[in-house]
Amino acid sequence: MNQAAASALDAERNHECILEFAGVQLVADPAGCLYWPQERLLVFSDLHLEKGSSQAVRGRMIPPYDTGATLKMVRDCINRWQPSSVISLGDSFHDGGGEGRLPDEFRQLLTDCMTGRDWVWISGNHDPMPPAALGGVAADVLALGPLTFRHEPLPQSGCGEISGHLHPQARIVRRGKSVRRRCFATDGSRLIMPAFGAYTGGLNIRDKAFSGLFDLSRLHAHVMGRERIYTIDSKQLV
Amino acid sequence: MSKPRPDGFAQADLFLTLPKPFIDWFGEKGWQPRAHQLELLGRVQGGESMLLIAPTGAGKTLAGFLPSLTDLAMRARRKPGEAHRGVHTLYISPLKALAVDIKRNLETPVAEMGLPISIETRTGDTPQHKRQRQKLIPPEILLTTPEQLALLIAAGDAARFFEDLEVVIFDELHSLVTSKRGHLLALGLARLRTFRPELKTIGLSATVAEPDELRRWLVSQGPMGEIHMSGVIEVAGGAKPEITILKSRERVPWSGHSARYAMSEVYEAIRAHQTTLLFVNTRSQAELLFQELWKINDDSLPIALHHGSLDVSQRRKVEQAMAANALRAVVATSTLDLGIDWGDVDLVVHIGAPKGASRLAQRIGRSNHRMDEPSKAILVPANRFEVLECQAALDANYLGAQDTPPLREGSLDVLAQHVMGTACAGPFNAAALHAEVTSSAPYAALSRADFDRIIDFVATGGYALRSYEQYARIRLTADGSWRLTHPRFAQQYRLNAGTIIEAPMLDVRLTRSRAKGANARGGPVLGKIEEGFLESLVHGDTFLFAGKTLRYEGIRENACFASTANDRDPAIPYYAGGKFPLSTYLAEQVRTMLSEPERWKALPEQVGEWLAIQKAKSILPKRDELLIETFPRGERYYMVAYPFEGRLAHQTLGMLLTKRLERAKARPLGFVATDYALAVWGLMDFGRMFSRNELSLSALFDEDMLGDDLEAWLDESFLLKRTFRYCATIAGLIEKRHPGKEKSGRQMTVSSDLIYDVLRSHDPGHILLEATRADAAQGLLDVHRLGDMLSRIKGRIVHKGLEQISPLAVPIMLEIGKESVAGDAQEALLAEAADELLKESML
Repeated sequence: MNQAAASALDAERNHECILEFAGVQLVADPAGCLYWPQERLLVFSDLHLEKGSSQAVRGRMIPPYDTGATLKMVRDCINRWQPSSVISLGDSFHDGGGEGRLPDEFRQLLTDCMTGRDWVWISGNHDPMPPAALGGVAADVLALGPLTFRHEPLPQSGCGEISGHLHPQARIVRRGKSVRRRCFATDGSRLIMPAFGAYTGGLNIRDKAFSGLFDLSRLHAHVMGRERIYTIDSKQLV
Repeated sequence: MSKPRPDGFAQADLFLTLPKPFIDWFGEKGWQPRAHQLELLGRVQGGESMLLIAPTGAGKTLAGFLPSLTDLAMRARRKPGEAHRGVHTLYISPLKALAVDIKRNLETPVAEMGLPISIETRTGDTPQHKRQRQKLIPPEILLTTPEQLALLIAAGDAARFFEDLEVVIFDELHSLVTSKRGHLLALGLARLRTFRPELKTIGLSATVAEPDELRRWLVSQGPMGEIHMSGVIEVAGGAKPEITILKSRERVPWSGHSARYAMSEVYEAIRAHQTTLLFVNTRSQAELLFQELWKINDDSLPIALHHGSLDVSQRRKVEQAMAANALRAVVATSTLDLGIDWGDVDLVVHIGAPKGASRLAQRIGRSNHRMDEPSKAILVPANRFEVLECQAALDANYLGAQDTPPLREGSLDVLAQHVMGTACAGPFNAAALHAEVTSSAPYAALSRADFDRIIDFVATGGYALRSYEQYARIRLTADGSWRLTHPRFAQQYRLNAGTIIEAPMLDVRLTRSRAKGANARGGPVLGKIEEGFLESLVHGDTFLFAGKTLRYEGIRENACFASTANDRDPAIPYYAGGKFPLSTYLAEQVRTMLSEPERWKALPEQVGEWLAIQKAKSILPKRDELLIETFPRGERYYMVAYPFEGRLAHQTLGMLLTKRLERAKARPLGFVATDYALAVWGLMDFGRMFSRNELSLSALFDEDMLGDDLEAWLDESFLLKRTFRYCATIAGLIEKRHPGKEKSGRQMTVSSDLIYDVLRSHDPGHILLEATRADAAQGLLDVHRLGDMLSRIKGRIVHKGLEQISPLAVPIMLEIGKESVAGDAQEALLAEAADELLKESML
């Protein structure tokens, strides 16, 4: 048995998914965040806070609970991993006005999550400017050891890039049934994170938006199941 | 139009009240108006609203229009310089095509009589310039659809446009009123009555089970719950149809829906007649039947295919050929059900069970439009249970029984749409609008509190978390009226009005095999298939569509690309649409027939034998009993129940039973449901558990399963998500899909599934969830029917423990494997896919 398979088995026993990525070990959490134990760093991508209210402004009164739902999941993940720092990998707010529309209750929830740890806002296309009054530090790109964190994957980036933006989803068809879920997509040198927000949709990683980003022979989808991650070979994806 | 017909009593006086051009016209044609036509005329002239129930071919259309035509013929012409008058008569039809058809049929007599009456249609196809002109210079008679009416009354000039309205005619009323479309239309009618309180309505309907429901629907209901009804005229049915069940030389199969066994006999019937209409219940059956017939069409008879998924141009071609009597046969689904004239059809063949006695009667009405001659029909059951069902339907047709579904209470999502539409037309007062809404029959019982919740929903979404007040779409102003806060919301409304929410469909384009990327964009459009079905295909899979076997090449943007395949045995597309559950009435008939061996003589011999063996080996239940059989097979134990309550109710029952069995540690593994029966299997011997009293049958089937168990399951069910999408779209919470724009919106819009999950966990009492549950309970889950069944069988459950499968159980056992339990199934598939990777890595 090769080493990758052995660690995959280990992880499976613990219902954890450990990714060997650019020489470091990362844990893909079934909730959709990524933990780097060595640095005690937790990463969320594409929270799209206040997406609900961005629609309400235009007359679509979709339920205003998305921010609350997203932030409670963020809080749960933070409680689970107890990170010393957190990266929010861009598109943290759905639009420039999102921070202003944040109801007080949720502003408090977010502030509680940020208290006692470093917090980095990576800029995204939906939120090129960092939140004005929430604290934390802002950056377009962040390099940490062998890893580079940015919102939008760069086609020519080197090994170790972790990004979001594309909201990857994997789809399989078995026995005439189609299953579609969010996933972490990686070929070992690039990793694209699933969108974390409660109202964020997804894009099939077979879509042309992903073309040229991955070495298809090494691409795996780490698919978010109800309680665990399922690692699925790209050959099985449709 | 009418032929001379002795009516037995003097109509001379009424006849003479007709304006002269009409008397002359009837005289020239050698016709006489029929009694019901004159009676309707007289009563509408006297100010009554009327329901006319008549079979096809009774001159219903002329009857409906006669009051308007005579009124218009006598009214003084508009002098030059006088203001244009508003619409005099509004005609609402369920189908665009029907409106167009009626216009043609009406224009001929109007032209022949030289009447100065303008008749125009207004449908989704009417060009913008014509719509604008219609607003300025309205026609006297406007023919339109429910959706267009909703748009007309949501316009700022609605009150003026309808200020001269005298008559509203509802064609095919029996089919309009049973859906949410009917709810919206009822609200629209209430609005029209506010504009014109003296308005008269005329409903034209086929025979229905409860005429009084339609009579209520047509008129304003009293503010204190008083029931008002329109007048009614019922025209007795024409000649009895000649219906037979195909007595096949071949073996009738145990299960399946294709009726492939009977193909050569069906083909012979087509050859022996001039024009045959072949009805099936689903689009996939239509595709299959068409394919099978052409395989044996040695005479190259012109046989065509017609169903709602085919491209419009192809459908029109078939319709024209049909009207010109150029076809020998058409294979069709319900798209042809409604009253369009189809040339001289002399035979109707119904493949598969008709599912309802009224449905059968209406479909057979397609054949032979002259009501004095008998229609001719052959029923072709696809399996043995369907033989029973066909016989029951046939008996019912001879008895004249009707089993049209009862009308449902008006749904709240439709009300939300209507409230928004009302606001688009102008400010409204909540109390007055509530009074107006409750004057319509479907909403007569709507409380003021629920109405106010709907207003709140329209304004800000009506959430417990009140964070959207500042973005309200309508707002209560100082004068006590609700007003739209921005005109762009009216625009948004117009794009989303209506209650017809299509399942997401993709165009199917024909391309060359293995055409790659950019090359594969061209190719003609064959029609549309539901995205859900296409998602389950992988490259190279074959399926039957538009009469061709196609190979799936892939999906790009909003189209599915497919090439011609030569496969003999394609995977067949099964569409979600077009599956009707067995009607309660027919189900009862089938149960009765099972319990009365003397009636089996009417059945084909092999079916009678099948029942006789069942009787010898197991039990045939009495009419009100529920038979439960248990037996082992392979390494599993089976329990088969025969409630005959339709697939939907059985599926719901199956879900609830497996939950209970799990709790009782009986370890169920899965279940499968058909229209007639339900089979559950598992690892424990259910039969032994029953006989040792470890498991109580009466507790298992107790009505209390419809309480908490149902609630718990409902909330998890994917069926509820689907229902929520419909409700949320109709209520205006999420945008309707507009062809060609779906993809671009993906980043911006939020999927209804995600909204549902969030809403359910944070605002479980929200009014839209309430509406969704009510809808699902009545529709997809058939909970009421299940409840009726559970109370009927109380104390009447008969258990038969068997050593092996019984004859009656064979059909459902053959269905196993075609379906599986939802819920954890998705996780299981993911785990399987993941395991494969693991296996590979260990090689």
